[in-house]
Parts: sequence; C-alpha cells; structure tokens
Amino acid sequence: MASPVAQLPDAQLGPLLAAYDASVRARRWNTLLVAACIVVAVALSSVSAEVDLVKFFANLGNFTSYLGRLFYLDGGALVFTDPVEWYWGLARWLRLLAETLLMAYVGTALGAIGAFFLCFLAAANVSPRPWLRMLVRRFCELCRTVPELVFALMFVIAFGLGPMAGVLAVAIHSLGALGKLFAEVVENIDMKPVEGVTATGAHWTTAMRYGALPQTLSNFVSYTLLRFEVNVRGATVMGFVGAGGIGMDLVEAIRKFYYSDVSAILLLIVATVMVIDTLTGVVRHRLIGLEERR
Amino acid sequence: MVSRIPVDTAAVRARHPHHFGGSDRRRRFTLAMGVAAAVLLLYGMAQLGFFDGKFIAGLGKLGEIAGLMVPPNPGDWAHVRIYLMSLIETVAIALLGTLTAAVLAVPLALLAAKNVTTARILHFLSRRSLDTIRSVDILIWALIWINVVGLGPFAGVLAIMTSDIGNFGKLFSEAIEAVDRKPREGIISTGGGAILGVRFGILPEVFPVLASQVLYFFESNTRSATIIGIVGAGGIGLHLAEAIRTLELQQASFIILMILIAVAAIDMVSNQLRFALIGRRARLA
Repeated sequence: MASPVAQLPDAQLGPLLAAYDASVRARRWNTLLVAACIVVAVALSSVSAEVDLVKFFANLGNFTSYLGRLFYLDGGALVFTDPVEWYWGLARWLRLLAETLLMAYVGTALGAIGAFFLCFLAAANVSPRPWLRMLVRRFCELCRTVPELVFALMFVIAFGLGPMAGVLAVAIHSLGALGKLFAEVVENIDMKPVEGVTATGAHWTTAMRYGALPQTLSNFVSYTLLRFEVNVRGATVMGFVGAGGIGMDLVEAIRKFYYSDVSAILLLIVATVMVIDTLTGVVRHRLIGLEERR
Repeated sequence: MVSRIPVDTAAVRARHPHHFGGSDRRRRFTLAMGVAAAVLLLYGMAQLGFFDGKFIAGLGKLGEIAGLMVPPNPGDWAHVRIYLMSLIETVAIALLGTLTAAVLAVPLALLAAKNVTTARILHFLSRRSLDTIRSVDILIWALIWINVVGLGPFAGVLAIMTSDIGNFGKLFSEAIEAVDRKPREGIISTGGGAILGVRFGILPEVFPVLASQVLYFFESNTRSATIIGIVGAGGIGLHLAEAIRTLELQQASFIILMILIAVAAIDMVSNQLRFALIGRRARLA
C-alpha cells in the first residue's frame, strides 16, 4: 500500500533521525538520574523512619479488621441495627461539635481581623515603611510556620485546659496564613485609585480605605471562608492536647478502643466538615460571580 | 499649609447621583451580614469564656512563659544530637508519606476525573471517598495507624500518606480535568486504547503540574510531621511536646527554632525545584 506521507530520502533522513535519537536519549538519562535520586532518598528515609514492610503487611489485616470493628457495638451487633445505642452520647457530642464550630469561627474571625490590619502594612506596594513591612512579614511567617498544635500546647499552660487555648491557637495560625494571602491580594490591586486618593492630599489610612479596600474586600472574604473550612478541620483535633472541642472525646474513644464511639464521632465530624465545605463553597462561588460581573 | 478647596457637596451629589447612594439594597445586605458576623463573634467569645477574666489572667501568664523561652537553649550536646536525629526522622516521614501518597493518588485521581471516567457512579463514588478521607484530620489518622502498626515513625508515614491521598486525589483530578482533550482524542483515533490515551494523551501534560503540587505538599507535610509526634507517631513532635509539658521552655524554643530553619530550608529547595519544573511565572492554583 502506498503511503500518502512523503518519504524523505535516506541521506536526508539519517541525520535527522540521529539528532532525534540523541535528544530522546539525553532526556531519558535525565529522567533516569532524577529517578535514581528519588530512590536513594526513599531508601535513606525508610531507614530513618523505621519502615518495616514485613510488619506492615503482617499488620495490614489489623487495619481492615480495625475498620471493620468500628462498626460493631459492644454487644456484637452491627451499629446500623441499633442507632440509639450507637449514638448514645449524641447530645454531648453535638454540644462538643457546636463548641468545635464556634472555636473555628471565633479563631478564624479574630485571625482575619488581625490579618486585615496587618496586610496593608505588609504589602510591598502600599506599605508606609520598608522596615515595618519586613517586621510584619516575619511575624506572619512565624505565626503560620509554628504548627497550631504547638501554640495550643503552650496556651493550655497559660490559659488552662479548655476551648480558649484552642481558639487562640487557631487565631494565631489564621493570622499568619491570612496575613500573607491578604498582603498578596493587596499587592495585586490596581494602584490608580490609591494614587488618585493620595493626590487629593488624603492621609494613608484614607487612601487605603477608599483606594485599596474596595478592590480587595471580596477576595478577603473568600480567603477567610476558605480558612474557616481548614480551621473546622483543625479545631476537631485541638482536644487532643486538651484545648477543647470534640477531639477530647475522640482521642479518648480511640485510645480506650471504644470502637463504636470512634465511628459515631468520626461520622459526625465528616458530615459536619462536608456540610461546611459545601456551604462556604456556595458562598465563595457567588462572591466570585459578583466579582466577575463588576 | 494645606488649603481646602471649598466643595459644594450637595451640588456634586445632585450632578452625579450614581457615585453616591450606590445600590441601597446591596449595601444594607452587606451591613446586615457584617453585624450578624460581629454578633456571632461576640456571642462565641462570651460562650468560650473570653470575658470572665480568664483571658486577661492568661495573658499575664503567657508573657511569663514567653519570657522563660528566651534564650533558646538545648541544655547540652547530647540533646542537640537527639533533636537533630529526630528532625531528620521528621523530614524522612514527610518525604515517604508524600511520595507514597502521590503514587497511590494517580489512579484514584483518574477515577475521580470527569473526562477520564465516564461512568457517573464511579466518578461520584471516588469523589466522595476522597472527600471523606480529606475531612479527617491527619492526627486522627495517626492515632488510627498507631493502633495498627504500633507507636513509631512508621505510623506517621502512613498517616501522612492517608491524609494526602485525599488531598492529592482532589488536586490531581482537577488538574486532569483541565487538560486539553485533543491529544487524547488523537491517540484514541489512531487506535490507541484507553490506557495509551492516558499515558500519552494526559500524563505528559499534567505531569509537571502534579510534580509541583507534590513538592508544595512536601513542605507543608514537613510541618505536619512535626506535630504527629505529639500523639506518638514519630518525629520531633514527641520531644517538643515533652519539653513544653515539663516546662523545659528553653529547650522547647530551641526545638521550635530548629523546625523553623528546617521548614525554611525545605521551602527554598522545593520552590527552586518547582520553578525549574513549571517555570517562574506559572503559579500554583
């Protein structure tokens, strides 16, 4: 069968093919080199992290049987057959869940308020003083690099056991994370309105209020909602170190092998997180829609 | 001396009414939302005990604690050695967890991507299971894995792996859904099967994006790996929690400093690698 594609004569084709082969070979070697580096890194880390595949596969059955046992009551019946027995602590858990949500909300709100006041100082385009900008940036970095739980551990010592330590830990972490994101939003604004307001002789605060703020507000709200989702998840484990919320009961149930309680609380958490994610997702999409229509 | 230009505000308002008023309904709505948020905030603060003196008393104590934390001091060299070893362990946990999660997440992401998996039910189920995995915090996974493989860093690796399968699955499937469908159609039209279509039509396009997301998560997982030690899943968190609980605050601040430096170093390296992969201008969505 005659091929419709024009064939080059061998004399011309030869060097082209050779060049193609060489370039492919170079790329292959490159890939191989990267793969080798990754393999070496994995091998070294496996030693350091005490990875024991024999033990893992020997115990893998445990994992599935553990997951299975989560769905049996103490009496041996499946949890779904007796929901009342399964959710015997529903009133208490719902109260703790509400506390968790409140912790996430208050923490996010306090963090967002702090970040709101810091971000204009941290943004390169509007910051009044370079040294102030550096200072605020470093502060935000510190707040978001130290894990929430570490703050929670320290706050538990200072404020005692209870949700207040958790709220403050969430707030500090959100302050750091949102401070950075808000500052990036401010750095991306159109500078003309700010210049316009400044040209009328307005003070810096007025320029920010009327020049910068209207451009940034919807992004601020959107990032705050996103942070709220993250914080709801984070607040569920604050109880692990005694900083309030549903984590307290969860960690007790897991440690003491109250299997059906573990599944009951986990399902509550998963459902709550999904509802919150969906709700904030809807609000965020509407905000983005508003932004685009303008 | 700043001189004020006399402005007849009423006249300006009459001439440009649309620059004043604005949409009244929208403004009222925004205001109502703001007030509601503030009320809820105050209610929450009251409910959580911010206004009964505990907060002020705690602040004083917090200042005391902060004072006890400086200067950072590990005690002696033996401690430094232990901390360094567990810091290396922490990074190792993060690396292994991230890599295994990335490998396992690719097939799941293909299942959860609308353009690859045409069966609606399969797509829906894999999306939901990824969401479920994601909504459970990494520390909870750590506790569950400790029950399975015992205390130690291996449980930490598995915890990071599990929680990242959820994250990667979602991010990867979104990246896969965003690819241009023409290369894949081309391959399928020449008689290539579904697997070849994915291999040559999708993977080359998404690979740099996936790799950059993996690098990005490696950094954030190093942070997570520092705290899973608090529940006994290996890494430096164990020493940190112990130092804080026994009020060895100078040691605690030394460990925190070590973590900060390690995270900053990894951040720098992974950023360099990411820029090399996707170019300086492309930013992670």
